Amino acid sequence: MKPNEKVKLEMNDISIAFPGVQALSSVNFQMMSGTSHALIGANGAGKSTLMKVLAGAYDHYTGSITLDGKQLPIRKPKDAKDYGIQIVYQEVDMLLIPNLSVAENIMLEKLVHDYKGKSIVSWKKIHKEAAEIMTSVGLELPTGKLVQELTLAEKQLVLIARSLTMDCKFLILDEPTAPLSDSETSRLFALIERLKQEGVGIIFISHRLPELFQICDDITILRDGQHVISAPIHSMDQAQVAQHMLGTQLEAQFPERSSNAGELAFEADNIADGDKVHGVSMHVRKGEIVGIAGLVGAGKTELCRILFGAAPKTQGDIRLDSKRISYKAPHQAVAHGIAMIPEERRREGIFVEDTVGVNLTIANLTPHTRAKTWLSRAKERLAAQWMISKLGIKTPNDTTRVANLSGGNQQKIAIGKWLLADAEVYIFDEPTKGVDVGAKRDIYSLIAELAEQGKSVIFASSEMDEMIGITDRMYVMYDGKVAKELVTAQTSEEEIMFYSTGGQAG
Amino acid sequence: MKAAKVSGKGINWFDFLYKYGTLITIVLLIAFFGLATDNFLTKESIIGIFRYISITTIIAIGLTLSLAVGGFDLSVGSTASLANAVVISMFVWHSQNMFVSILVVVVLCVLVGVINGFLVTSFKIQDMLMTLATMFVIQGVALTYTRGATISKNMIMPSGDYAPGSIPAVFGQLGKQPWIIIIMLVAVLIVHLLLTKTKHGRYMYMIGGNAEAAKLSGIPVKKYRFIAYVLAALFAGIGGMVLAARVMTAEVNAGAPYLMDAVAAAFIGYSVLGSGKPNAFGTFVGAVLIGILSNGLIMLSVPYYAMDIVKGAVLALALGITYYKRKH
Repeated sequence: MKPNEKVKLEMNDISIAFPGVQALSSVNFQMMSGTSHALIGANGAGKSTLMKVLAGAYDHYTGSITLDGKQLPIRKPKDAKDYGIQIVYQEVDMLLIPNLSVAENIMLEKLVHDYKGKSIVSWKKIHKEAAEIMTSVGLELPTGKLVQELTLAEKQLVLIARSLTMDCKFLILDEPTAPLSDSETSRLFALIERLKQEGVGIIFISHRLPELFQICDDITILRDGQHVISAPIHSMDQAQVAQHMLGTQLEAQFPERSSNAGELAFEADNIADGDKVHGVSMHVRKGEIVGIAGLVGAGKTELCRILFGAAPKTQGDIRLDSKRISYKAPHQAVAHGIAMIPEERRREGIFVEDTVGVNLTIANLTPHTRAKTWLSRAKERLAAQWMISKLGIKTPNDTTRVANLSGGNQQKIAIGKWLLADAEVYIFDEPTKGVDVGAKRDIYSLIAELAEQGKSVIFASSEMDEMIGITDRMYVMYDGKVAKELVTAQTSEEEIMFYSTGGQAG
Repeated sequence: MKAAKVSGKGINWFDFLYKYGTLITIVLLIAFFGLATDNFLTKESIIGIFRYISITTIIAIGLTLSLAVGGFDLSVGSTASLANAVVISMFVWHSQNMFVSILVVVVLCVLVGVINGFLVTSFKIQDMLMTLATMFVIQGVALTYTRGATISKNMIMPSGDYAPGSIPAVFGQLGKQPWIIIIMLVAVLIVHLLLTKTKHGRYMYMIGGNAEAAKLSGIPVKKYRFIAYVLAALFAGIGGMVLAARVMTAEVNAGAPYLMDAVAAAFIGYSVLGSGKPNAFGTFVGAVLIGILSNGLIMLSVPYYAMDIVKGAVLALALGITYYKRKH
């Protein structure tokens, strides 16, 4: 790496499609080495996909990647690495070998590539080289320490150090600060500054606007797989960035509803789990739909799981109808009339190998039995068929395996089982994720209907238009805390996005 | 259903063999041994097979329950050894009556189940590894209790006297037909009804199918996993007592050889009639298959010490089919 030698990286006209989705359409991206460039966009905008293209994770994209005008035929990870493009993915644990030492992990690529055909490794040399690189990234650890004993921040530095063992002209960091504390973040930023001085170009993906303004020179904003704008970052302010991220969206079809919030039903006080949720307080009235807004990683899912008893909390109280209740497991929460529709549908919400009927009755089996023990197929079938027609689930019959249904219909089943269970508080975690437009509309009206019946609804989503379209009130989460409470009628998507990305009222 | 229609000729051979393969194999084995030996198809021989498989089946039925909740109780063989040793010692050493003796064993086995259940639900350790450890512990407890020796009527005690007690004749009847076969059939029937006809069975299968989804559907996952292990230990204990009634002594580690037969029976059972899950009827069919195979091979003068080769191969085949099916 020669600091003075500036090179220009360009990605031109990049398009890539996956079954059913056009992930990127004709996206352009360019930057110089020795600068840092922010890449930002709402969930699903295509940031990670674009960077994976650059890092050689896909081979079926169209468009070109050039370095100082020279074509780089990047089709596999090895290609990108050979041209000096290194990436540190968000899921650090997937790239590390936990039961090997720090030195071995850092030198992994070298061990694989430089020792081709050789069998004997000089461990002394490996540890010495690793120690030098560790000093340069500010990682103060014994080289022999096992990676499984490291903190997340240290693991991240190990991966950055590994990138530096190879030729590194451009370093892509995918949401590196999400798991870091403030002091760890500033350490990382100091390292980024130093790498910039040494001529490395940094591409920085993050949802956190304030830190982008702190560390980056330029910014590129993507939306729905398309390039929106590239500019020097200080030519914009946070509100403008939020606006570009949102753009003007097609109005989703939300049901007409008027707020009919009644008396206080569900309250949570100062909830924390010592990890992703820090002192969240909220309340929901009967007949009210309360949103939990925030981007991916803000702690919404973790909060939902705590409220349902599926994850432990280290502090906080929960009250239902002004009475303090405590539960340590979902089945106890269910006994109090709390239901949750989880985010990861296939893994957590439904039993794909079982039939529609079994799935619909599982949350409340007792009414479909004789003497509270013996299953009654007739009663089960009746309930299942009623729910299938009520929700408009598209299935041949109630004995079809759920695996054979579409995502939207699977989600209706995940919701339907709780309608049969007749709860009082419904927690929805990203209920429209991976669901087609028609099913989305059905799910919105279902949720509106629950509120109509006087149920309390908690609706967590990272889609801002859903917050505006369906909720009465919302809590915007950022970094595991409630950043702002907003009344839906008096806010806008821009304002929600502003607080979701760490904006401060000022 | 769809796959069968797509495959042109109307029959999907793998699915067909998966569903009926075990039953067809049993028929073929009966035909083969019937032709190859003189006395395989006699009434005595058939009753012999049922008597032979009854202990395996009872133990395997308990194992099936632990498999149903997605667990794996490897300690059932040791628990059977312990039950065998304790029930005989209650009679022979302590001159207790049948009621007290059986009660003591039942309480002891429930205790074993409680310990297993506690360990597998409290720690994030794979069930198979956890119960591998308890398997050795229980085996060691049984050995220590019997001081590593066989217990039998009129044995010589450390004091130099003969053991005072005797084994009641009624108890011995439990190890003879028809009772031994009736106990087995009742055990199969109870667990079959539990798993397929009750709410609890539905919950257990759901836990085995997807524990996280079951938890988030409001099923008390830990409670059911716990209960499954208690029941597994209880059935292993019944198996051990029936074994005691059959041989009227307590040999060292008498229950251990039943572990592999039980595991094989339960896994063969996955495929029977295409259930794809651990199930009581399938486990019974699996035990029948193993029983026919063992008895037939003995009649063909294959030495007993070579039997494990065949049984192990059958287990490998059953596992292969089960896991292949899951991926397709």
